[in-house]
Amino acid sequence: MARKDFDLITEWVEPDSRILDLGCGDGSLLKLLNKKRNTSGYGVDTSIDKTIKSLDNTINIINADINDHMDFFKDKSFDYVILAQSLQVVDNPVSLIKEMLRIGNEVIISFPNMGYWRSRLYLFFRGEMPVTSELPFSWHSTPNIHLCTIRDFKKMCISNNFQITEEVINNVNGKNVSASLLNNLTGTSAIFRIK
Amino acid sequence: MFVEEKKIHISKPLELNSGKVLSAYDLMYETYGQLNDDKSNAVLVCHALSGNHHVAGLHKGDEKPGWWDNMIGPSKPINTDKLFVVCMNNLGGCHGSTGPTSINEETNNPYGFEFPIVTVQDWVNSQKVLMDVFDIDKWQFIIGGSLGGMQALQWSLDYPDNVNNAIIIAASPKLTAQNIAFNEVARQAITSDPDWCGGNYIKENKIPKRGLALARMLGHITYLSDESMAKKFGRDLKQDKINFNFDVEFQIESYLRYQGEKFVTSFDANTYLLMTKALDYFDPFNETDFIERMSKSRSRFLVISFTSDWRFPPRRSEEIVKTLIKLNKDVSYACIKSDGGHDAFLMKNDNYFEIMRTYIEANMNG
Repeated sequence: MARKDFDLITEWVEPDSRILDLGCGDGSLLKLLNKKRNTSGYGVDTSIDKTIKSLDNTINIINADINDHMDFFKDKSFDYVILAQSLQVVDNPVSLIKEMLRIGNEVIISFPNMGYWRSRLYLFFRGEMPVTSELPFSWHSTPNIHLCTIRDFKKMCISNNFQITEEVINNVNGKNVSASLLNNLTGTSAIFRIK
Repeated sequence: MFVEEKKIHISKPLELNSGKVLSAYDLMYETYGQLNDDKSNAVLVCHALSGNHHVAGLHKGDEKPGWWDNMIGPSKPINTDKLFVVCMNNLGGCHGSTGPTSINEETNNPYGFEFPIVTVQDWVNSQKVLMDVFDIDKWQFIIGGSLGGMQALQWSLDYPDNVNNAIIIAASPKLTAQNIAFNEVARQAITSDPDWCGGNYIKENKIPKRGLALARMLGHITYLSDESMAKKFGRDLKQDKINFNFDVEFQIESYLRYQGEKFVTSFDANTYLLMTKALDYFDPFNETDFIERMSKSRSRFLVISFTSDWRFPPRRSEEIVKTLIKLNKDVSYACIKSDGGHDAFLMKNDNYFEIMRTYIEANMNG
Protein backbone atom coordinates (compact mmCIF):
# COMPACT_ATOMS: atom_id res chain seq x y z
CA MET A 1 0.00 0.00 0.00
CA ALA A 2 2.69 2.44 1.03
CA ARG A 3 4.77 1.82 -2.09
CA LYS A 4 1.75 2.72 -4.22
CA ASP A 5 1.63 6.10 -2.48
CA PHE A 6 5.33 6.58 -3.02
CA ASP A 7 5.14 6.10 -6.78
CA LEU A 8 2.33 8.58 -7.10
CA ILE A 9 3.97 11.14 -4.80
CA THR A 10 7.19 10.78 -6.82
CA GLU A 11 5.19 11.54 -9.96
CA TRP A 12 3.61 14.61 -8.41
CA VAL A 13 6.69 16.16 -6.83
CA GLU A 14 8.55 18.65 -9.03
CA PRO A 15 12.32 18.20 -9.36
CA ASP A 16 14.56 20.08 -6.88
CA SER A 17 11.69 20.66 -4.44
CA ARG A 18 11.96 21.14 -0.70
CA ILE A 19 10.08 18.37 1.14
CA LEU A 20 8.89 17.93 4.69
CA ASP A 21 7.71 14.38 5.36
CA LEU A 22 5.74 14.06 8.61
CA GLY A 23 5.67 10.61 10.17
CA CYS A 24 8.41 9.63 7.72
CA GLY A 25 9.03 6.17 9.18
CA ASP A 26 12.33 4.74 7.98
CA GLY A 27 12.80 7.61 5.53
CA SER A 28 12.38 5.52 2.39
CA LEU A 29 9.99 8.00 0.72
CA LEU A 30 12.42 10.89 1.21
CA LYS A 31 15.31 8.74 0.06
CA LEU A 32 13.36 7.87 -3.08
CA LEU A 33 12.43 11.50 -3.72
CA ASN A 34 15.97 12.73 -3.09
CA LYS A 35 17.25 10.19 -5.59
CA LYS A 36 14.60 10.45 -8.29
CA ARG A 37 13.59 14.11 -7.97
CA ASN A 38 16.75 15.61 -6.49
CA THR A 39 14.72 16.93 -3.58
CA SER A 40 15.97 18.03 -0.17
CA GLY A 41 14.34 18.48 3.20
CA TYR A 42 13.52 16.65 6.39
CA GLY A 43 11.58 13.74 7.73
CA VAL A 44 9.97 13.86 11.16
CA ASP A 45 9.26 10.78 13.23
CA THR A 46 8.71 10.21 16.92
CA SER A 47 10.10 6.66 16.95
CA ILE A 48 13.78 6.27 17.86
CA ASP A 49 14.00 2.99 15.91
CA LYS A 50 12.66 4.71 12.79
CA THR A 51 15.10 7.56 13.42
CA ILE A 52 18.01 5.12 13.37
CA LYS A 53 16.69 3.57 10.11
CA SER A 54 16.28 7.03 8.60
CA LEU A 55 19.88 7.91 9.48
CA ASP A 56 20.90 4.69 7.78
CA ASN A 57 18.94 5.87 4.73
CA THR A 58 20.99 9.10 4.88
CA ILE A 59 18.01 11.42 5.09
CA ASN A 60 17.74 14.39 7.46
CA ILE A 61 15.59 13.06 10.27
CA ILE A 62 14.08 15.07 13.10
CA ASN A 63 13.15 12.73 15.95
CA ALA A 64 10.12 14.56 17.35
CA ASP A 65 6.38 14.26 17.83
CA ILE A 66 4.54 15.87 14.89
CA ASN A 67 1.70 16.83 17.23
CA ASP A 68 3.71 19.54 18.94
CA HIS A 69 6.87 20.37 17.00
CA MET A 70 5.57 22.17 13.95
CA ASP A 71 7.12 25.39 15.29
CA PHE A 72 10.42 23.95 14.02
CA PHE A 73 9.33 25.02 10.56
CA LYS A 74 8.70 28.53 9.31
CA ASP A 75 5.92 29.71 6.99
CA LYS A 76 6.08 28.55 3.36
CA SER A 77 9.53 27.06 3.81
CA PHE A 78 8.76 23.84 1.88
CA ASP A 79 7.27 23.09 -1.52
CA TYR A 80 5.48 20.01 -0.24
CA VAL A 81 4.49 18.88 3.23
CA ILE A 82 3.63 15.18 3.14
CA LEU A 83 1.67 13.06 5.60
CA ALA A 84 1.75 9.52 4.20
CA GLN A 85 -0.37 6.93 6.02
CA SER A 86 -0.03 8.78 9.33
CA LEU A 87 -3.17 10.92 9.47
CA GLN A 88 -4.89 8.35 11.67
CA VAL A 89 -2.29 8.63 14.46
CA VAL A 90 -2.40 12.43 14.72
CA ASP A 91 -3.92 14.04 17.86
CA ASN A 92 -5.75 16.79 16.03
CA PRO A 93 -5.89 16.26 12.25
CA VAL A 94 -7.48 19.63 11.44
CA SER A 95 -4.93 21.72 13.31
CA LEU A 96 -2.07 19.66 11.90
CA ILE A 97 -3.33 20.13 8.33
CA LYS A 98 -3.58 23.87 9.00
CA GLU A 99 0.03 23.81 10.16
CA MET A 100 1.04 21.84 7.06
CA LEU A 101 -0.63 24.47 4.86
CA ARG A 102 1.18 27.21 6.77
CA ILE A 103 4.57 25.52 6.29
CA GLY A 104 4.20 24.25 2.73
CA ASN A 105 3.00 25.49 -0.62
CA GLU A 106 1.19 22.22 -1.08
CA VAL A 107 0.06 19.38 1.17
CA ILE A 108 -0.10 15.69 0.25
CA ILE A 109 -2.01 13.32 2.54
CA SER A 110 -2.64 9.62 2.18
CA PHE A 111 -4.64 7.44 4.55
CA PRO A 112 -6.37 4.04 4.78
CA ASN A 113 -10.10 4.17 3.92
CA MET A 114 -12.32 2.83 6.68
CA GLY A 115 -15.24 3.00 4.24
CA TYR A 116 -13.73 0.09 2.28
CA TRP A 117 -16.37 -2.63 1.98
CA ARG A 118 -14.37 -5.25 3.85
CA SER A 119 -14.05 -2.96 6.87
CA ARG A 120 -17.76 -2.31 6.72
CA LEU A 121 -18.60 -6.04 6.52
CA TYR A 122 -16.14 -6.81 9.34
CA LEU A 123 -17.95 -4.45 11.66
CA PHE A 124 -21.39 -5.39 10.31
CA PHE A 125 -21.06 -9.16 10.67
CA ARG A 126 -18.61 -9.53 13.54
CA GLY A 127 -19.75 -6.55 15.50
CA GLU A 128 -16.09 -5.81 16.27
CA MET A 129 -13.71 -3.02 15.26
CA PRO A 130 -11.94 -4.16 12.08
CA VAL A 131 -8.48 -5.70 12.47
CA THR A 132 -6.77 -6.08 9.09
CA SER A 133 -3.28 -6.68 7.76
CA GLU A 134 -2.93 -2.96 7.11
CA LEU A 135 -4.39 -1.90 10.44
CA PRO A 136 -3.44 -4.85 12.63
CA PHE A 137 -4.26 -3.41 16.06
CA SER A 138 -7.06 -4.13 18.52
CA TRP A 139 -9.21 -1.10 19.38
CA HIS A 140 -7.64 -0.75 22.86
CA SER A 141 -4.01 -0.83 21.78
CA THR A 142 -4.15 0.93 18.43
CA PRO A 143 -2.16 4.09 17.74
CA ASN A 144 -4.76 4.79 15.04
CA ILE A 145 -7.02 7.11 16.97
CA HIS A 146 -8.43 9.08 14.01
CA LEU A 147 -9.46 6.61 11.35
CA CYS A 148 -11.82 7.98 8.73
CA THR A 149 -13.49 7.20 5.44
CA ILE A 150 -12.86 9.02 2.16
CA ARG A 151 -16.18 10.80 2.62
CA ASP A 152 -15.31 11.84 6.16
CA PHE A 153 -12.05 13.30 4.93
CA LYS A 154 -13.67 15.28 2.16
CA LYS A 155 -16.31 16.64 4.51
CA MET A 156 -13.55 17.83 6.85
CA CYS A 157 -11.75 19.52 3.94
CA ILE A 158 -14.89 21.35 2.89
CA SER A 159 -15.78 22.55 6.37
CA ASN A 160 -12.26 23.86 6.91
CA ASN A 161 -11.82 25.37 3.43
CA PHE A 162 -8.97 22.99 2.56
CA GLN A 163 -8.93 23.03 -1.20
CA ILE A 164 -8.55 19.55 -2.74
CA THR A 165 -6.73 19.85 -6.05
CA GLU A 166 -6.34 16.16 -6.84
CA GLU A 167 -7.39 12.84 -5.38
CA VAL A 168 -6.48 9.28 -6.24
CA ILE A 169 -8.04 6.19 -4.72
CA ASN A 170 -6.20 2.88 -4.56
CA ASN A 171 -8.29 -0.25 -4.83
CA VAL A 172 -7.44 -3.75 -3.74
CA ASN A 173 -5.67 -4.53 -7.01
CA GLY A 174 -3.31 -1.70 -6.28
CA LYS A 175 -4.75 0.25 -9.17
CA ASN A 176 -5.23 3.95 -8.96
CA VAL A 177 -8.82 4.69 -9.86
CA SER A 178 -10.03 8.18 -10.51
CA ALA A 179 -12.90 9.69 -8.61
CA SER A 180 -16.22 7.90 -8.76
CA LEU A 181 -19.19 7.43 -6.48
CA LEU A 182 -18.16 3.93 -5.48
CA ASN A 183 -14.71 4.98 -4.25
CA ASN A 184 -15.65 5.13 -0.63
CA LEU A 185 -16.73 1.48 -0.90
CA THR A 186 -14.06 0.02 -3.18
CA GLY A 187 -10.98 2.07 -2.26
CA THR A 188 -8.52 0.67 0.26
CA SER A 189 -6.62 3.91 0.62
CA ALA A 190 -6.72 7.44 -0.70
CA ILE A 191 -4.25 10.16 -1.48
CA PHE A 192 -5.13 13.84 -1.69
CA ARG A 193 -3.36 17.01 -2.80
CA ILE A 194 -4.51 20.03 -0.83
CA LYS A 195 -3.82 23.74 -1.08
CA MET B 1 45.09 -0.43 23.75
CA PHE B 2 47.79 1.74 25.30
CA VAL B 3 47.91 5.35 24.28
CA GLU B 4 50.43 8.09 24.86
CA GLU B 5 49.81 11.75 25.30
CA LYS B 6 51.79 14.16 23.17
CA LYS B 7 52.66 17.79 23.67
CA ILE B 8 53.42 20.33 21.00
CA HIS B 9 54.81 23.80 21.56
CA ILE B 10 53.30 26.54 19.40
CA SER B 11 55.41 29.65 19.11
CA LYS B 12 53.06 31.57 16.85
CA PRO B 13 51.05 33.99 19.04
CA LEU B 14 47.32 33.34 19.43
CA GLU B 15 45.12 36.38 19.55
CA LEU B 16 42.28 35.78 21.97
CA ASN B 17 38.68 36.92 21.84
CA SER B 18 39.33 39.23 24.78
CA GLY B 19 41.99 41.11 22.81
CA LYS B 20 44.80 39.58 24.86
CA VAL B 21 47.51 37.53 23.17
CA LEU B 22 49.09 34.23 24.16
CA SER B 23 52.57 34.70 22.73
CA ALA B 24 53.42 30.99 22.90
CA TYR B 25 51.66 27.98 24.30
CA ASP B 26 51.63 24.20 24.59
CA LEU B 27 48.88 21.90 23.35
CA MET B 28 48.54 18.47 24.91
CA TYR B 29 46.70 15.89 22.83
CA GLU B 30 46.15 12.23 22.10
CA THR B 31 45.33 10.43 18.89
CA TYR B 32 43.70 7.07 18.17
CA GLY B 33 43.59 5.10 14.94
CA GLN B 34 45.48 5.89 11.73
CA LEU B 35 45.17 8.93 9.52
CA ASN B 36 44.53 7.61 6.00
CA ASP B 37 46.51 8.65 2.91
CA ASP B 38 44.09 11.31 1.70
CA LYS B 39 43.52 12.52 5.28
CA SER B 40 39.79 12.12 4.93
CA ASN B 41 39.10 10.14 8.11
CA ALA B 42 40.04 12.70 10.76
CA VAL B 43 37.80 13.24 13.77
CA LEU B 44 38.12 15.93 16.41
CA VAL B 45 36.61 15.16 19.79
CA CYS B 46 36.12 18.22 22.01
CA HIS B 47 35.99 17.86 25.76
CA ALA B 48 33.58 19.42 28.23
CA LEU B 49 34.11 21.43 31.40
CA SER B 50 36.13 18.98 33.45
CA GLY B 51 37.35 16.74 30.62
CA ASN B 52 40.77 16.50 29.03
CA HIS B 53 42.67 15.09 26.07
CA HIS B 54 42.72 11.53 27.44
CA VAL B 55 39.46 10.49 25.86
CA ALA B 56 40.01 6.79 25.21
CA GLY B 57 42.38 3.90 25.73
CA LEU B 58 44.71 3.26 28.65
CA HIS B 59 47.84 5.02 29.71
CA LYS B 60 50.48 2.48 30.69
CA GLY B 61 50.08 1.68 34.36
CA ASP B 62 46.55 3.07 34.60
CA GLU B 63 43.51 0.98 35.45
CA LYS B 64 40.90 3.45 34.26
CA PRO B 65 40.64 4.26 30.54
CA GLY B 66 39.94 7.70 29.04
CA TRP B 67 36.64 9.45 29.82
CA TRP B 68 34.77 8.42 26.64
CA ASP B 69 36.30 4.99 26.16
CA ASN B 70 32.88 3.36 25.77
CA MET B 71 32.28 5.49 22.65
CA ILE B 72 35.72 5.57 21.03
CA GLY B 73 37.84 2.58 20.01
CA PRO B 74 38.02 -0.34 17.61
CA SER B 75 34.49 -1.38 16.53
CA LYS B 76 32.95 1.24 18.84
CA PRO B 77 30.56 3.93 17.49
CA ILE B 78 33.51 6.27 16.87
CA ASN B 79 35.36 3.43 15.22
CA THR B 80 39.14 3.79 15.38
CA ASP B 81 39.56 0.88 12.97
CA LYS B 82 38.42 3.34 10.33
CA LEU B 83 38.80 6.80 11.85
CA PHE B 84 41.69 8.88 13.11
CA VAL B 85 40.58 10.56 16.32
CA VAL B 86 42.24 13.61 17.86
CA CYS B 87 41.42 15.09 21.24
CA MET B 88 43.31 17.93 22.86
CA ASN B 89 43.27 19.55 26.26
CA ASN B 90 41.81 23.00 25.83
CA LEU B 91 43.78 26.13 26.59
CA GLY B 92 43.24 27.24 30.16
CA GLY B 93 43.01 23.58 31.16
CA CYS B 94 45.07 21.81 33.75
CA HIS B 95 46.11 18.63 31.98
CA GLY B 96 49.10 19.68 29.93
CA SER B 97 47.95 22.45 27.60
CA THR B 98 48.91 25.92 28.71
CA GLY B 99 46.71 27.12 31.52
CA PRO B 100 46.74 28.76 34.94
CA THR B 101 49.10 26.13 36.41
CA SER B 102 51.66 26.61 33.59
CA ILE B 103 54.69 28.84 33.98
CA ASN B 104 54.30 32.23 32.35
CA GLU B 105 57.56 32.64 30.44
CA GLU B 106 57.44 36.39 30.91
CA THR B 107 57.35 36.26 34.70
CA ASN B 108 58.74 32.77 35.39
CA ASN B 109 55.82 32.23 37.75
CA PRO B 110 52.66 30.18 37.26
CA TYR B 111 49.97 32.17 35.43
CA GLY B 112 47.44 31.54 38.19
CA PHE B 113 44.64 34.07 38.13
CA GLU B 114 46.56 36.07 35.51
CA PHE B 115 45.78 33.55 32.79
CA PRO B 116 43.63 35.34 30.22
CA ILE B 117 39.98 34.40 29.91
CA VAL B 118 39.49 32.06 26.95
CA THR B 119 36.31 31.53 24.97
CA VAL B 120 34.92 28.70 22.86
CA GLN B 121 36.09 30.64 19.78
CA ASP B 122 39.63 30.73 21.19
CA TRP B 123 39.57 26.98 21.72
CA VAL B 124 38.35 26.42 18.18
CA ASN B 125 41.15 28.64 16.86
CA SER B 126 43.75 26.68 18.85
CA GLN B 127 42.27 23.38 17.65
CA LYS B 128 42.64 24.73 14.10
CA VAL B 129 46.34 25.30 14.82
CA LEU B 130 46.67 21.62 15.76
CA MET B 131 44.68 20.67 12.64
CA ASP B 132 47.22 22.56 10.53
CA VAL B 133 50.07 20.77 12.29
CA PHE B 134 48.55 17.49 11.09
CA ASP B 135 48.04 19.08 7.67
CA ILE B 136 44.41 17.99 7.77
CA ASP B 137 42.09 20.00 5.53
CA LYS B 138 38.73 18.73 6.77
CA TRP B 139 37.46 17.10 9.93
CA GLN B 140 35.14 14.35 8.75
CA PHE B 141 33.48 14.63 12.17
CA ILE B 142 33.75 17.05 15.04
CA ILE B 143 32.08 15.53 18.05
CA GLY B 144 31.42 16.80 21.54
CA GLY B 145 29.01 16.64 24.46
CA SER B 146 27.94 19.63 26.55
CA LEU B 147 30.66 22.32 26.29
CA GLY B 148 32.30 19.98 23.75
CA GLY B 149 29.18 20.14 21.57
CA MET B 150 29.35 23.90 21.73
CA GLN B 151 32.85 23.74 20.25
CA ALA B 152 31.57 21.53 17.42
CA LEU B 153 28.88 24.14 16.68
CA GLN B 154 31.40 26.99 16.84
CA TRP B 155 33.70 25.14 14.43
CA SER B 156 30.98 24.85 11.80
CA LEU B 157 30.48 28.61 12.06
CA ASP B 158 34.10 29.78 12.25
CA TYR B 159 35.62 27.33 9.76
CA PRO B 160 32.74 26.64 7.34
CA ASP B 161 34.94 24.78 4.84
CA ASN B 162 36.81 22.59 7.30
CA VAL B 163 33.98 20.59 8.88
CA ASN B 164 32.02 17.87 7.11
CA ASN B 165 29.90 16.76 10.07
CA ALA B 166 29.32 18.33 13.46
CA ILE B 167 27.83 16.08 16.15
CA ILE B 168 26.47 18.23 18.95
CA ILE B 169 25.39 16.27 22.02
CA ALA B 170 23.59 17.49 25.18
CA ALA B 171 24.45 21.07 24.32
CA SER B 172 22.75 24.44 24.12
CA PRO B 173 23.16 27.48 21.86
CA LYS B 174 23.68 29.62 24.95
CA LEU B 175 23.38 29.48 28.71
CA THR B 176 20.19 30.57 30.43
CA ALA B 177 20.09 32.83 33.48
CA GLN B 178 19.67 29.67 35.57
CA ASN B 179 22.76 28.05 34.00
CA ILE B 180 24.83 31.19 34.62
CA ALA B 181 23.50 31.34 38.16
CA PHE B 182 24.80 27.85 38.89
CA ASN B 183 28.18 28.79 37.42
CA GLU B 184 28.32 31.92 39.54
CA VAL B 185 27.66 29.97 42.74
CA ALA B 186 30.45 27.58 41.76
CA ARG B 187 32.82 30.49 41.17
CA GLN B 188 31.84 32.12 44.45
CA ALA B 189 32.51 28.84 46.25
CA ILE B 190 36.05 28.87 44.88
CA THR B 191 36.90 32.53 45.23
CA SER B 192 35.51 32.78 48.76
CA ASP B 193 37.76 29.97 49.97
CA PRO B 194 40.57 31.71 51.92
CA ASP B 195 43.04 29.25 50.38
CA TRP B 196 42.25 30.66 46.94
CA CYS B 197 44.51 33.59 47.93
CA GLY B 198 43.16 35.99 45.34
CA GLY B 199 43.92 33.36 42.70
CA ASN B 200 47.60 33.02 43.63
CA TYR B 201 47.31 29.85 45.67
CA ILE B 202 50.09 28.06 43.80
CA LYS B 203 52.58 30.73 44.79
CA GLU B 204 51.26 30.60 48.34
CA ASN B 205 51.58 26.82 48.29
CA LYS B 206 47.91 26.29 49.03
CA ILE B 207 44.94 24.67 47.31
CA PRO B 208 41.37 26.02 47.67
CA LYS B 209 40.15 22.50 48.28
CA ARG B 210 36.92 23.33 50.05
CA GLY B 211 35.80 25.84 47.45
CA LEU B 212 36.66 23.64 44.48
CA ALA B 213 35.01 20.61 46.09
CA LEU B 214 31.87 22.64 46.73
CA ALA B 215 31.84 23.85 43.13
CA ARG B 216 32.17 20.27 41.94
CA MET B 217 29.42 19.02 44.25
CA LEU B 218 27.07 21.70 42.98
CA GLY B 219 27.99 20.95 39.38
CA HIS B 220 27.59 17.25 39.94
CA ILE B 221 23.99 17.69 41.13
CA THR B 222 23.18 19.44 37.86
CA TYR B 223 24.76 16.58 35.86
CA LEU B 224 22.52 13.95 37.42
CA SER B 225 18.75 13.71 37.31
CA ASP B 226 16.19 13.42 40.09
CA GLU B 227 15.33 9.94 38.79
CA SER B 228 18.90 8.69 38.66
CA MET B 229 19.70 10.03 42.13
CA ALA B 230 16.53 8.46 43.51
CA LYS B 231 17.43 5.17 41.88
CA LYS B 232 21.07 5.19 42.95
CA PHE B 233 20.76 6.63 46.47
CA GLY B 234 17.14 7.20 47.40
CA ARG B 235 17.08 8.11 51.08
CA ASP B 236 19.56 5.37 51.95
CA LEU B 237 21.54 6.02 55.12
CA LYS B 238 25.22 5.35 55.70
CA GLN B 239 24.37 3.78 59.02
CA ASP B 240 21.00 2.18 59.56
CA LYS B 241 19.65 4.98 61.76
CA ILE B 242 19.62 8.75 61.85
CA ASN B 243 21.92 10.29 64.43
CA PHE B 244 20.53 13.82 64.81
CA ASN B 245 23.83 15.47 63.93
CA PHE B 246 25.48 17.12 60.91
CA ASP B 247 27.82 14.31 59.94
CA VAL B 248 27.35 12.45 56.70
CA GLU B 249 24.10 10.54 57.16
CA PHE B 250 22.54 10.00 53.76
CA GLN B 251 24.38 8.11 51.04
CA ILE B 252 23.95 10.99 48.64
CA GLU B 253 25.89 13.25 51.03
CA SER B 254 28.68 10.74 51.19
CA TYR B 255 28.73 10.40 47.40
CA LEU B 256 28.85 14.13 46.79
CA ARG B 257 31.64 14.64 49.32
CA TYR B 258 33.60 11.85 47.70
CA GLN B 259 33.10 13.41 44.24
CA GLY B 260 34.27 16.76 45.61
CA GLU B 261 37.33 15.35 47.33
CA LYS B 262 38.33 13.28 44.33
CA PHE B 263 37.98 16.26 42.01
CA VAL B 264 40.38 18.52 43.92
CA THR B 265 43.21 16.04 43.44
CA SER B 266 42.98 16.22 39.65
CA PHE B 267 41.63 19.67 38.80
CA ASP B 268 42.75 23.25 39.14
CA ALA B 269 40.45 25.84 40.70
CA ASN B 270 41.42 28.66 38.32
CA THR B 271 40.79 26.35 35.36
CA TYR B 272 37.32 25.69 36.75
CA LEU B 273 36.69 29.45 36.87
CA LEU B 274 37.87 29.84 33.26
CA MET B 275 35.77 26.95 31.94
CA THR B 276 32.59 28.31 33.53
CA LYS B 277 33.28 31.72 31.98
CA ALA B 278 33.71 30.16 28.53
CA LEU B 279 30.30 28.55 29.00
CA ASP B 280 28.68 31.80 30.13
CA TYR B 281 30.02 33.78 27.17
CA PHE B 282 29.04 31.23 24.51
CA ASP B 283 26.30 32.63 22.25
CA PRO B 284 27.13 32.00 18.59
CA PHE B 285 23.63 32.70 17.25
CA ASN B 286 24.06 36.28 18.45
CA GLU B 287 27.44 36.82 16.83
CA THR B 288 27.63 39.44 14.09
CA ASP B 289 26.66 38.15 10.65
CA PHE B 290 25.64 34.80 12.16
CA ILE B 291 23.10 34.01 9.45
CA GLU B 292 25.43 34.95 6.63
CA ARG B 293 28.33 33.03 8.13
CA MET B 294 26.36 29.92 9.03
CA SER B 295 24.80 29.90 5.56
CA LYS B 296 28.31 29.35 4.20
CA SER B 297 28.94 26.34 6.40
CA ARG B 298 29.20 23.09 4.46
CA SER B 299 28.76 20.98 7.56
CA ARG B 300 26.02 18.47 8.13
CA PHE B 301 24.76 18.27 11.70
CA LEU B 302 23.60 15.64 14.12
CA VAL B 303 22.09 17.00 17.33
CA ILE B 304 21.35 14.67 20.25
CA SER B 305 19.56 15.40 23.53
CA PHE B 306 18.49 13.35 26.56
CA THR B 307 15.03 13.42 28.12
CA SER B 308 16.19 13.76 31.75
CA ASP B 309 18.90 16.36 31.11
CA TRP B 310 17.83 19.47 33.01
CA ARG B 311 21.10 21.34 32.64
CA PHE B 312 20.67 21.48 28.84
CA PRO B 313 17.24 19.89 28.32
CA PRO B 314 15.98 18.72 24.90
CA ARG B 315 14.33 22.07 24.20
CA ARG B 316 17.76 23.75 24.29
CA SER B 317 19.13 21.29 21.72
CA GLU B 318 15.97 21.89 19.72
CA GLU B 319 16.81 25.61 19.57
CA ILE B 320 19.96 24.60 17.70
CA VAL B 321 17.96 22.30 15.42
CA LYS B 322 15.35 24.97 14.70
CA THR B 323 17.96 27.57 13.80
CA LEU B 324 19.75 25.13 11.48
CA ILE B 325 16.46 24.14 9.80
CA LYS B 326 15.67 27.82 9.21
CA LEU B 327 18.97 28.04 7.33
CA ASN B 328 18.16 24.89 5.31
CA LYS B 329 21.10 23.04 6.81
CA ASP B 330 21.39 19.27 6.62
CA VAL B 331 20.53 18.46 10.21
CA SER B 332 19.27 15.39 12.00
CA TYR B 333 18.07 15.30 15.58
CA ALA B 334 17.51 12.52 18.08
CA CYS B 335 16.02 12.83 21.56
CA ILE B 336 17.16 9.85 23.62
CA LYS B 337 15.06 8.48 26.45
CA SER B 338 17.34 8.23 29.46
CA ASP B 339 17.22 8.91 33.18
CA GLY B 340 20.95 9.68 33.26
CA GLY B 341 20.54 13.46 33.33
CA HIS B 342 23.15 15.65 31.64
CA ASP B 343 25.81 12.98 32.18
CA ALA B 344 23.79 10.62 29.97
CA PHE B 345 26.03 11.70 27.09
CA LEU B 346 28.89 9.81 28.77
CA MET B 347 26.91 6.66 29.49
CA LYS B 348 26.24 3.57 27.47
CA ASN B 349 22.72 3.55 26.05
CA ASP B 350 21.69 1.27 23.19
CA ASN B 351 19.65 3.83 21.23
CA TYR B 352 22.20 6.60 21.73
CA PHE B 353 25.11 4.42 20.65
CA GLU B 354 23.15 3.08 17.67
CA ILE B 355 22.33 6.65 16.58
CA MET B 356 26.02 7.56 16.78
CA ARG B 357 27.19 4.40 15.04
CA THR B 358 24.62 4.66 12.24
CA TYR B 359 25.20 8.35 11.55
CA ILE B 360 28.98 7.95 11.57
CA GLU B 361 28.88 4.88 9.32
CA ALA B 362 26.51 6.60 6.87
CA ASN B 363 28.55 9.81 6.71
CA MET B 364 32.06 8.43 6.85
CA ASN B 365 32.79 9.18 3.22
CA GLY B 366 32.22 12.45 1.44
